[in-house]
Amino acid sequence: MIARLLALLALAAAPAAAETVAVTNARLVTMGPDGTIERGTIVLRDGRIAAVGANVAAPADARVIDAGGRIVTPGLIAANTGLGLIAVRSVEAANDRAADMTGISAAFDAGDGLNPDSLLIPVARLGGITRAITTPAYDDSPGREMLFAGQAAAVALGGPMLVRRGVAMVLEMGDAGAERAGGARAAELVALRANLAEVRDYARRRAAYDRGETRDYSLSRADLEALVPVVEGRMPLLVSASRASDIRAILTLAREERLRIVLEGAAEGWRVADELVRANVPVLLTPVDNIPISFETLGATLDNARRLQAAGVLVAFQGNGNHRERELRYNAGNAVAVGLPWEQGLAAITINPARIFGLADRVGSLETGKDADLVIWDGDPLDTLGRPTAIFIRGEPQPMTSRQTLLRDRYMPSGGNQP
Amino acid sequence: MKRIACAFLFVFASTAQAQAQTAAPDPADPFPSTYQRPQSAPLAITGARILTGTGAEIANGTLLVRDGLVEAVGEGLAVPHGYQVIDARGRWVTPGIIDAHSHLGANSAPSTPLSSEANEGVAPNTAEVWVEHSVWPQDPQFRLARAGGVTTLLILPGSANLFGGRSVTLRNVPATTVQEMKFPRAPYGLKVACGENPKRTYGSRGRSPATRMGNVAGFRRGWIEAADYARRVERARTNGGEPPRRDLQLETLAGALNGEILIHNHCYRADEMAVMLDMAREFGFRIRAFHHGTEAYKLAPQLAREGVCVATWASSWGSKMEALDAVEENAPIIHQAGGCAIIHSDDATLGQRLNQEAGIALTAGRNAGINISDGEAIRWITSNPARALGIEHRVGTLEPGRMADVVLWSANPFSVYALAERVWIDGAPVWDRADPAYQRPSDFLLGQPGQEAAR
Repeated sequence: MIARLLALLALAAAPAAAETVAVTNARLVTMGPDGTIERGTIVLRDGRIAAVGANVAAPADARVIDAGGRIVTPGLIAANTGLGLIAVRSVEAANDRAADMTGISAAFDAGDGLNPDSLLIPVARLGGITRAITTPAYDDSPGREMLFAGQAAAVALGGPMLVRRGVAMVLEMGDAGAERAGGARAAELVALRANLAEVRDYARRRAAYDRGETRDYSLSRADLEALVPVVEGRMPLLVSASRASDIRAILTLAREERLRIVLEGAAEGWRVADELVRANVPVLLTPVDNIPISFETLGATLDNARRLQAAGVLVAFQGNGNHRERELRYNAGNAVAVGLPWEQGLAAITINPARIFGLADRVGSLETGKDADLVIWDGDPLDTLGRPTAIFIRGEPQPMTSRQTLLRDRYMPSGGNQP
Repeated sequence: MKRIACAFLFVFASTAQAQAQTAAPDPADPFPSTYQRPQSAPLAITGARILTGTGAEIANGTLLVRDGLVEAVGEGLAVPHGYQVIDARGRWVTPGIIDAHSHLGANSAPSTPLSSEANEGVAPNTAEVWVEHSVWPQDPQFRLARAGGVTTLLILPGSANLFGGRSVTLRNVPATTVQEMKFPRAPYGLKVACGENPKRTYGSRGRSPATRMGNVAGFRRGWIEAADYARRVERARTNGGEPPRRDLQLETLAGALNGEILIHNHCYRADEMAVMLDMAREFGFRIRAFHHGTEAYKLAPQLAREGVCVATWASSWGSKMEALDAVEENAPIIHQAGGCAIIHSDDATLGQRLNQEAGIALTAGRNAGINISDGEAIRWITSNPARALGIEHRVGTLEPGRMADVVLWSANPFSVYALAERVWIDGAPVWDRADPAYQRPSDFLLGQPGQEAAR
C-alpha cells in the first residue's frame, strides 16, 4: 500500500526541468485558441508552457533557441499503439501487449509492464511523437474467448512514462470480435450485453458478491471491477469496427446501454458519418487504409478522413503500428494530399486524440499551463521532406538519437558530413 | 478524355483475345505473354521538372512520346505538329515506378484463407512453382498501385521456403488473364529466402531447415542437384543420348545457375548476405538482388563491388530479430557506396506510395550528410529496379527509345503531397485522377459498397 502510494506520488510530481527555454522567431502552430502565430515565442518553464504568443519576450534566465521562422507544433500523439509493451513483434518474451491467461480480459491494464527503455520509443519520438495511447491487444490462443482486450494507458515518450491509466477499454467487434464469440456477430452482441448486465448487477451488489450471495458471474471479479467505469460512462469503450452495419449496431448498443464510444478503424465510417455526428462518437482511423482487405472493409477509401471531418466527426489518426509509429505524421500528410485541410491533418495527431482520450487539459496544443511537449521542424511536419530538429517533453529536450542513428553512424562511410 | 479512356480499355481487351488465338506454342515459354501495346496518339508533356531516371534532372523539360516509346527528352524541345500537348508547368515527370517486390494478385484482397497464394509452404524447395499461376488479375490492389504511379511489378512467391518458385514481371494494366499482364520477354526470376522465415516454417514442423546452417545445407543440396541435372541435359544434347525426364524444380534451378533466371534473394542480415555470396561463387551463379536487405548498409562497399542490387525500405523494421538493425538511411548509404539501391514495397499499402518511401530515405540521408540529388534518388524506384528485373534496357528511364512508362506528378514526387495525376504505360494512358473511367473497379468490387468513392 505504501509502495503504491509512493509510486502515485512519484507520478504526480511534475518533473522539474533543469532550465527555462524560450523558442523564439517560430511559426507557432498552436492547435489551440491562438491558432497559428506566424512569428512568435514560446516559453517552457518547470515542464509547462509558461507563455506563448507573438509579443512574448524571452525571460532573462531562459536559454533561447532561435527557430529561424521554422514551424513549431505540439508533440504528436500516437493513439492505439503497443509502444512500451513491445520490443520485437515475433519474439514472445519481448511482447507484453497481450496475455493468453483466461480470467483476465477487461482487467488487463496496459499501464502495467511498461518499459521506458524500449528501443521503439526513441524511434517513434524522432517522428515527433511525444505521447501515446498504449493499448492492450488480444492473444487468440485456442480456448481464449475474451471479449475485452483490456484498458489503455496514456504514456509519455520521455520522463516518467505512465501518465494516466484507464483512458479507454479496448473491444474489437466486427469480424474479429465475432470470431471470439463463436463465429457470428449476433453472438458477440448477446455476450456483450450479458457481460454489461453482470457488471451493473455486480456494481450494485459488491457486498453481496463478497458474501457469496450473488449468482455466478461469467467474468472474474477483476474484470467486473474494471468494467464498472465503462457501464457508468466514465471510461470510453474503444471499439474496433469497419463495416457500416457493424458501426450502426455499435451506435445502437451504446445508446441503449448508455456507453461512451470511440470508434476505431471505421473503414466504412464515411457511409454513416451523419449518424456518428448525431451520436457524438469520435473516430480513430488510419487514413492510408484504402484496401478492401476483408469483407468488412469493401468500402475503404482514402477519402474517409476528409468526409468524416467535413461531416463534423472528431477524427484522430493512427500510425502504422509499433515499430512504424513514426509514420503517423505521413499518414496525416496523405489525408491532406487528398483534400483534408492541413490544420485538420495536424489536429488529428495532436489536439483531437488528446480530446478523445481526456488528455486535452495537459497536451495536444501549445497553450499556457499545458505540459511543454513541442517539436521544432525543419520543414512541413506532415511531409516526408520535413524532420524534427528539436523535441521537448514536459520541457525537457529529448535526445535526437536512437539505436538506429547510432548504427547508422557506426557504419556511415567517412564521406558523410555529420550535421 | 472519357472517349480516350474507353478506347484504351477496348484496345487492351481486343488485342489480348487476338493474340491468344494466334500464339504458337513454344516449349520454352508455355504461358506466353499476350500483352499488346495499345495504340496511342503522339504525346508531348511540356514545362515539367523531369527526373529522367538516369540521374539527370531537367528543370523546364519537354518529353516527346511516339509509338509507345520515348522519342526525345530535353529542355526547350519543339513540339511537332499533331502531338497531344500536356502543359505540365509546376509539375514533375518521372519514369513509371517499378515495384521490385510485390505479391499483388498472389496475396490478393480481400484476404481470406483461400486468397493467400504466394507461399507453397509445404516443402523447403518448391522451385517448381510459378507464381504467375497464383496471380488473380482482378485483385483490386493492382488499380491502387496504378494510382500510385506503379507501371511494372515483380510478383514474387513468398519467403516461407528456401526456394520459393519463379517470379513474374507484370505490366500494371487492367486485364482478364495474367498472360495479358506479362511483361513481354522479361526474364524469369527465382525467389530464394534466407534467415528466419524458412527455418521457422520448417523447424516448427520438426524438419529441416530448423537453423540458419540448415538453410545453407538445404540451398547447397538444391544447387548440387540442379548442377547434376544441367550436366545430364547438356550431355544428352551434345552426345545425342536420352535426356533426363523433365523436372520442373530442377529446370528452374538450372536456369538460375546458368543466369537465364535471375535470383531474387530475401535476406535481411549482412552476415547472411556474405554467406550467400560465397555460395554463389561455390556454384557459379550470380545473385541479382538482395531483397529487404535491412543490414546492407553494413556491407555496402562489398555489395557495390559485386554488383548486387539491394531492394529495401526506409521505414520498416523490428518485426523480427533479423530486421532489428534497419536504418532509414540504408538506401542512401548503398547508393553512396556506388551500389544499386532500390526502394521496394512487399506491401500493398506501401506499394501505393513508393515515391514517398524513397522521399523518407532521401530526407534521412540528407539529414545524415549524404547529399543525393532528386535526379539520382528517383533511380531507387525506376532504373535500379529495372536493372534488378533484367529489363533495364527497355524501361526505367526516359531516354529516347525506352518504353514510354511515364508518371505526371502534382508536386515533388518525394513529397507526401505528390499525387500521380496521370500515368502512361507504353505511351498509353492507364490512370488519370480527374477521369472516373480510370477508377473503374475490378470485377470483384463491381456492385459492392462504396465503389463510387474515389480510392
